[in-house]
Amino acid sequence: MNTEILGIIAMFVITLLLALPLGKYIARVYNGDQTLLDPIFNPLERLFFKISGINPYQEWSWQKNMIALLAINFVWFLLGMFILMNMSWLPLNPDHNPSQSAHLAFNTTISFLVNCNLQHYSGESGVSYLGQLYLMFLQFASAATGMAAAVTLFRALRKGTHKTLGNFFNDYLRSCTRILLPLSFIMSILLMFSGTPMTLEGKQQMISLQGDTTQVSTGPVAAFVAIKHLGTNGGGFFGANSAHPLENPTYFTNMLEMIAQMLIPFAMVFAFGYFIQRKKLSWVIFGVMTFGFLALAIPNVIMESQGNPIITQMGINNELGNMEGKEIRIGAPASGYWSIATTVISTGSVNSMHDSFMPLSGMNQLLAMMTNSFFGGVGVGILNYFIFIILAVFISGLMVGRTPEFLGKKIEAREMKIAMIIALLHPFLILAGTAMASSFPLYTASTLNNPGFHGFSEMLYEYTSSAANNGSGFEGLGDNTPWWNISTGFVLIFGRFLPIIGPVAIAGILGAKKYIPESVGTLQTDTATFGFMTLAVIVILAALAFFPVLTLGPIAEFFSIH
Amino acid sequence: MKKYLLPAIKLTLLSIILLSGIYTLISLGIAQAMPDNGKGQKITQNNKIYYANIGQSFTNDQYFWSRPSAVAYNAAGSSGSNKGPTNPEYLQTVQARIDTFLVHNPGIEKSQIPVDLVTASGSGLDPDISIEAATVQIKRISKIRNIPEKEIKQLIDRNIEKPLLGLFGPDKINVLKLNLALDILDQSL
Repeated sequence: MNTEILGIIAMFVITLLLALPLGKYIARVYNGDQTLLDPIFNPLERLFFKISGINPYQEWSWQKNMIALLAINFVWFLLGMFILMNMSWLPLNPDHNPSQSAHLAFNTTISFLVNCNLQHYSGESGVSYLGQLYLMFLQFASAATGMAAAVTLFRALRKGTHKTLGNFFNDYLRSCTRILLPLSFIMSILLMFSGTPMTLEGKQQMISLQGDTTQVSTGPVAAFVAIKHLGTNGGGFFGANSAHPLENPTYFTNMLEMIAQMLIPFAMVFAFGYFIQRKKLSWVIFGVMTFGFLALAIPNVIMESQGNPIITQMGINNELGNMEGKEIRIGAPASGYWSIATTVISTGSVNSMHDSFMPLSGMNQLLAMMTNSFFGGVGVGILNYFIFIILAVFISGLMVGRTPEFLGKKIEAREMKIAMIIALLHPFLILAGTAMASSFPLYTASTLNNPGFHGFSEMLYEYTSSAANNGSGFEGLGDNTPWWNISTGFVLIFGRFLPIIGPVAIAGILGAKKYIPESVGTLQTDTATFGFMTLAVIVILAALAFFPVLTLGPIAEFFSIH
Repeated sequence: MKKYLLPAIKLTLLSIILLSGIYTLISLGIAQAMPDNGKGQKITQNNKIYYANIGQSFTNDQYFWSRPSAVAYNAAGSSGSNKGPTNPEYLQTVQARIDTFLVHNPGIEKSQIPVDLVTASGSGLDPDISIEAATVQIKRISKIRNIPEKEIKQLIDRNIEKPLLGLFGPDKINVLKLNLALDILDQSL
């Protein structure tokens, strides 16, 4: 079999094999069970909590946990604005990079805060090493925030009635120390072995063999790239992200980064099953997510391998596939696979330029972010999926004439209202944003890098990526303007915090309700039938909301070739 | 909210010390034990130092060309062209690259030119080309350097980098390493 296809299969299988034990470990960490790293981190965490004046054993209601989440995110935001707007005179700036403008700093801070990493700057010239290190902190912190929010939901869905759902600060810190930091550390070392730099030196001069004088940017890349993937952040150290030969030097690092970004989203699904002791349910969820993922990924691998038909017509050897914006060491098939992995799980790191993908590959990337529930970002992916479970429970309850119930809790009007608002918020942000950008060509027309339908897709992609907290882009878009920085900044905030608070609120309300033991009359939610039902809800909602706008962009572009 | 802010500030500062500080310092320490001290892998030849993973611009006819680049191989930055697949201006650029290649490589059929030689890479710094991209340049280099085609073919074969473990990923050739080896071969003849 072709080695490039074999590479893709290996990436998927290895991720799954690692995610199973990791899921079990994650469940143990949040349960407070004994784990391997206790001797190192127990004393450290105790010290942190003592100094901070936090009692980690004090359990809070879901409301209090959400307030703590918002409070600490607010602190991170203020600190980020300060650092990014003052980098020029702060230390660790060997290349003398300038400070960011207020609107760029706003966009950058928000997008790292919400685990998106949209990056309207280039790492080589847009931030100092101090800026990079603070952004790296946010990559840990935002991933841990998502995981802590997911655990609040897990706690509410255990058997029985639960009014207090753990302590946010405790779950946040344990996510960092027990899961993200150790994994990042291992990965950082593997990356260094493969040639990824880890230094505080600035740009170096190099005279090429042909005699041209050029500069080479390096920096503390390995540590940054590790958490960038493990935390599904996706913000590149360099402008070209994981297409850059220092950020992703070999096929081995490409596999490593691919596995790292899908690892925790896979593992969280299994952790859910272990935590609430319903393993079958997590396999059903995993099945639906995998189906959705592969349904988008396989066509992209095929389309990118086949290449651009217009270039085939020019009469050259087009067997390598669509190589515009792609790297030889990675190849078209693995780039096509990555393009969907990074969009379903909201990493948004790229190893090839999405702007140059074939029209329908671009559409699949958009669809991956529009459905935003196949695996999803660390923690938040399962929160998004939970909304669709609630909708599916309600609809199937109506279809068979039973009271809608999920895990022994009745689902009533209030929960349904929240679920509907959150489900509709995502298309609203994307469509309203794109409509506004199209209505004010004065601010947006000159920022497009491509004419016609593809230019429209660039705008659509930017808002889709923001609303899904993804962070990849059709990067031709000249997005460092007040219009893009501010409008996507607000889409990012709404697209992050409401879809966290909504599902946690539903879970919190359900958790406080009386537990009704299952009976013959209960709708089973851990069956393939129910999995199919959830998938149908996701597909129908996405199709109804987004089909019209997709016809204006990628679908129209596709028909312009054929 | 206020009750949560002070603990949040303290926890933030401590987290930064751990996650941005200690983690970075330990990683930097480990990097010192790596070959090239974590400053990127280097190749030295004739007392000149090159980054092994950073592609270089090769436009002279006596060297194997590397791929087109949106940043002219200046690694102070990095970027792809971000041109869409149906953009007329982009398609003209590709056509122009095909025409230029044919001018510099007489005796080569259009159908022999592999797509990587006429499309820009994602980073603009791609250090590699495909085997076909090296092979199609043999004729030109053989003529200019006056080296038999067979020897250049053997040189290419020696420089092919196989897939990971022989199983995963594409075959490729590092253009810089190939050109450095070409210079040595040329001198030895």
